[in-house]
Amino acid sequence: MAEIAEGGGGGHKGGKKRAKKQSTRIDMTPMVDLAFLLLTFFVLTSTFSKPKSMELTFPVDDKDQPEIKNEVKNGITFLLTKDDKIFYYEKEFKGKDQPEPTQLKELSFDQSSLHKYLADKNKWATDQIKTLETQFKSKQLVDSVYKRKVREVKADKESPTFLIKTDDKASYKNVIDLIDELNINLVGKYVVIDMLKSELELVNEKTGGTP
Amino acid sequence: MSKKPSKGGAPALDMTPMVDLAFLLVTFFMLTASFRMAEPVTVDPPSSIGEITLPDNHIMVTIDNTGRAFFGISNAEAKVNALAKMSEKYKVSFTPEQIKKFSGLPSFGVDIKDLPNYINASENERITFKGQKGIPLDSTNNQLKDWISNGGAEAVRIYERAKDKAKEANQELKAEKPRYAIKCDGKTKYIFVKDVVKAFTDLKIYQFNLITGLEAKPTN
Repeated sequence: MAEIAEGGGGGHKGGKKRAKKQSTRIDMTPMVDLAFLLLTFFVLTSTFSKPKSMELTFPVDDKDQPEIKNEVKNGITFLLTKDDKIFYYEKEFKGKDQPEPTQLKELSFDQSSLHKYLADKNKWATDQIKTLETQFKSKQLVDSVYKRKVREVKADKESPTFLIKTDDKASYKNVIDLIDELNINLVGKYVVIDMLKSELELVNEKTGGTP
Repeated sequence: MSKKPSKGGAPALDMTPMVDLAFLLVTFFMLTASFRMAEPVTVDPPSSIGEITLPDNHIMVTIDNTGRAFFGISNAEAKVNALAKMSEKYKVSFTPEQIKKFSGLPSFGVDIKDLPNYINASENERITFKGQKGIPLDSTNNQLKDWISNGGAEAVRIYERAKDKAKEANQELKAEKPRYAIKCDGKTKYIFVKDVVKAFTDLKIYQFNLITGLEAKPTN
């Protein structure tokens, strides 16, 4: 039994000495101390959580194929640049020589701006997925069908395709934040690609930077 | 309440269960703990709602906030084999001792010519190692690409071998396919990431796990 060893206190009632019956208790305090020391050490040094990650697929960089990237009809392009600035335009890019040249609009990374914009743009898909989710939760849909349908909705032509383009000064955090925001809004189609020269010029015009 | 504690003396407390538990926990933590060596740089990745845990079998490129690239393979065997191929290509030789030491390193960011010295250095010296400028990845001297290519090929080969073995023995496959991961500091300019991604896409690798800190999903 592990008991706190008493310093020969109340063990001798009645004044009789019974040397032979003296208990063989060992003072376990140092051992327990050590055990807890080790425990503390391992608790503090162990890392339980493995790092989390997000999966991202980059487009195939095929030089033989003609540029099809910018012919996305239902596309929204985000342009990221320095100072956490984010610009966007909808539909395809139109140069200055074309009628109705593309104008950049600005968004910011706080909740009200970007989140609202994306929620609005992707409303169709979000609503569809929410209905599917309620159906799934009420056991009207099986797991595999639900997953397939969500995938179909995300890949549907109705929902816009988002293009993420960065210039040289944008930070990695902004890119991740934007992708994350797209994921939160259940956007299925987005891609990270290089910025066009004409787009870069527009961005520089807006930020007043030099190319 | 038949037994009254003796006056003056300390109350006897049965500590057996507590000590039992303490030792149980010590044993548990001791057995589960895997000691890692310190990473050469600390990077603070941005957070996201991504919930995919990084697979154990991975090839990771770390980019710090100044744009230096570091390379690491989780599988020690693949790492050693990749080193052998790299040493052949770049004509840098390693002693068996250095190879053994290298297999325990988490990740490194030095030119292969500096690698022998880097391995010889002590753990503390490595942090302040002068040649630690990141693995070169410009078009004339793209060592990172070679590391990824050799390391990836080796990791896949080891995985295939484990798969065949499991098939032969009719056992469940325990090994997982190697994944490519990028861990990058939030403050890093995206252009550095682009360079690293370019090294991967040149090798026809398009899918990555971007390591991020965990963030709670907004609930509206």
